[in-house]
Amino acid sequence: MNVAPEKQYTDLYREARGLLAAHSPAVMDAVRDEAFATFCAKGFPTTKDEAYKYTGLGPSFAPDYGLNLARRPLAADPYAAFRCDVPNLSTSLFFVVNDTLCASPEHLAALTPGVVLTSLADAAVRFPDIVGRHYGRLAAQDDALTAFNTAFAEDGVFLYVPDGVVMDKPLQLINVMSAGADMMAVRRLLVVIGDRASAKLLVCDHADGDKRYLSTQVAEIFVGRDAVFDYYELEETTPANTRVANTYIRQAAGSNVLANGVTLTCGTTRNHLSVELAGEGAETMLGGIATLDARQHLDNNTLITHRVPRCTSRELFKYVVDDEAVGAFAGKVRVEPGAQKSVSQQTNKNICLTRAARMYAQPQLEIYADDVQCSHGATVGQLDEAAVFYMRQRGLSHKEAVTLLINAFVNEVIDHLRMDALKERLHLLVEKRFRGELGACRTCRKCK
Amino acid sequence: MKLLEIKDLHASIEGKEILKGIDLTINAGEVHAIMGPNGSGKSTLSAVLVGNPAYTVTRGSVTFGGKDLLAMSPEERSREGLFLSFQYPVEIPGVSMVNFMRAAVNEHRKHRGLAPLTASEFLKLMRDKRAIVELDNKLANRSVNEGFSGGEKKRNEIFQMAMLEPSLAILDETDSGLDIDALRIVADGVNKLKRPDTSVIVITHYQRLLDYIKPDVVHVLYKGRIVKTDGPRLALELEEKGYDWIKKELGE
Repeated sequence: MNVAPEKQYTDLYREARGLLAAHSPAVMDAVRDEAFATFCAKGFPTTKDEAYKYTGLGPSFAPDYGLNLARRPLAADPYAAFRCDVPNLSTSLFFVVNDTLCASPEHLAALTPGVVLTSLADAAVRFPDIVGRHYGRLAAQDDALTAFNTAFAEDGVFLYVPDGVVMDKPLQLINVMSAGADMMAVRRLLVVIGDRASAKLLVCDHADGDKRYLSTQVAEIFVGRDAVFDYYELEETTPANTRVANTYIRQAAGSNVLANGVTLTCGTTRNHLSVELAGEGAETMLGGIATLDARQHLDNNTLITHRVPRCTSRELFKYVVDDEAVGAFAGKVRVEPGAQKSVSQQTNKNICLTRAARMYAQPQLEIYADDVQCSHGATVGQLDEAAVFYMRQRGLSHKEAVTLLINAFVNEVIDHLRMDALKERLHLLVEKRFRGELGACRTCRKCK
Repeated sequence: MKLLEIKDLHASIEGKEILKGIDLTINAGEVHAIMGPNGSGKSTLSAVLVGNPAYTVTRGSVTFGGKDLLAMSPEERSREGLFLSFQYPVEIPGVSMVNFMRAAVNEHRKHRGLAPLTASEFLKLMRDKRAIVELDNKLANRSVNEGFSGGEKKRNEIFQMAMLEPSLAILDETDSGLDIDALRIVADGVNKLKRPDTSVIVITHYQRLLDYIKPDVVHVLYKGRIVKTDGPRLALELEEKGYDWIKKELGE
């Protein structure tokens, strides 16, 4: 008889409850049991759950992963061992190896004065009010995977940019999965951007080696009045990697957020991005690029909620799906009663390069106000063969022609970014990706 | 010296035979005009020569510069010196003319065993060649053909021809949709690019392009075969009398 994949985790929770309490701050432990109860009631989502219809996750959780609940220290210094594909972007560089933050004193010292980057455990001691007011307040209580993460998270990363502080350079956080055995990481990120503050955060997700890894990630991001926040994610993981990332953003009045996710390589990834436009005049731009091949599976699920009048949201997601890969984009925009003068525009364009490639596009608008401008468009098509032939007639190889066309296709998303060094780097990485020059081993210098 | 030699070429699309035995020899340095009524197979001939995968060659042979043309991929044919000015140039949004031409020129150079051009060498080449067809710098900096007018697209074709310096250029109805000024610019461009050893095939319905680009030989293509070949005066005769007299000669 098959044992339900939930069982090993419910057993683990009961056995390790003491360990979880011992290794986490009280503020995290306080919400744990309730989250665990939610997880027990719901179980892992299946494709019968509307929000997970393209990505059932039970099987991904079935292997016997190791969890570092005892918080054993890391063997290697990530600053020496890892090199990201977006190098030298900033001196504000920090690592999360599996689920442990590594912040070098040198990089901490280089942060803009007033900015705090530390572990949640440390933040709970130094900034109990801020952590207490924000931790667990934004993450959806009813999502089984957020509940799972909340039940097992022991620590995480805390970024605080106080009111009026403008960060002079972007912050880079590199998540690495690295272990000698199959491993699960339970990651947590809490970001609090004060009123009129400004910050850019780039999070790169890597996996090292060929072990099976699973990371559950929950990010809660609070953006204050008239603040500007850029949140970039870049995933370059491996076929045996599963990533389940739930990101929740709440924007106060007049704030401006750009959240962009690039998936260059992955195994199975399900990203949920929820943006709550909670104050008048808030603007948000969500973007995404996916370049999938082999049997990679990526599901981007977004929810934008216009709670108040005069907010603007835009979305632009582009996928290139090759081989037998599967892409999904489900984007819901909800305009609540009274949220008049809302402007919302959603675009999702996709190219399938083979007959076996699959793309699911699901735009959804739920509008409960009558004076709004909302539009959406989704297309799934093939590469323009006439253009490929035209380019070959001028001497370009088939591969070169396809590479140029695909780059042109995704560049529209890159052009929206507000970080020049990252734009340049992404142009190059996307090109390398399609020339087949980007491999998991090349992204990591651990063995070299 | 024979540059292109076509023997008994048959080709079809979706099972329908369009070319029914073409024989044509073009020597280095010659300009040939291919005329004929709509649907006679003129564009099919140019498409087959450049290797458009939509067409299937069912019989015959083509040698180009002594090599088996039909065994080559479209890109190899280009690098060997074959160029087609498309009747309908394709718009490629997001791909800049500069990047496209740099990739093309460097592929051609690699084929000849030459190092890629440096950025400044390449930009100078672009500048020099642009002048030949009076192509605006703004157009050269835009995406390939995107938003170009009909005339701009045709000028852009000749600009690309200038960049790649083919030994055989096929102009497939390059005159269609052009006003008289644009026609003159395009034709002047082709004439400036003409060297004693390079050849041109001009596919056209009308005499007017041939007023500018003087053919050595004129062929009439009809129902997939070359039914008549003569000197430049054949084009004038066709302009004057149409194609009915040729059909009569063929007993139709």
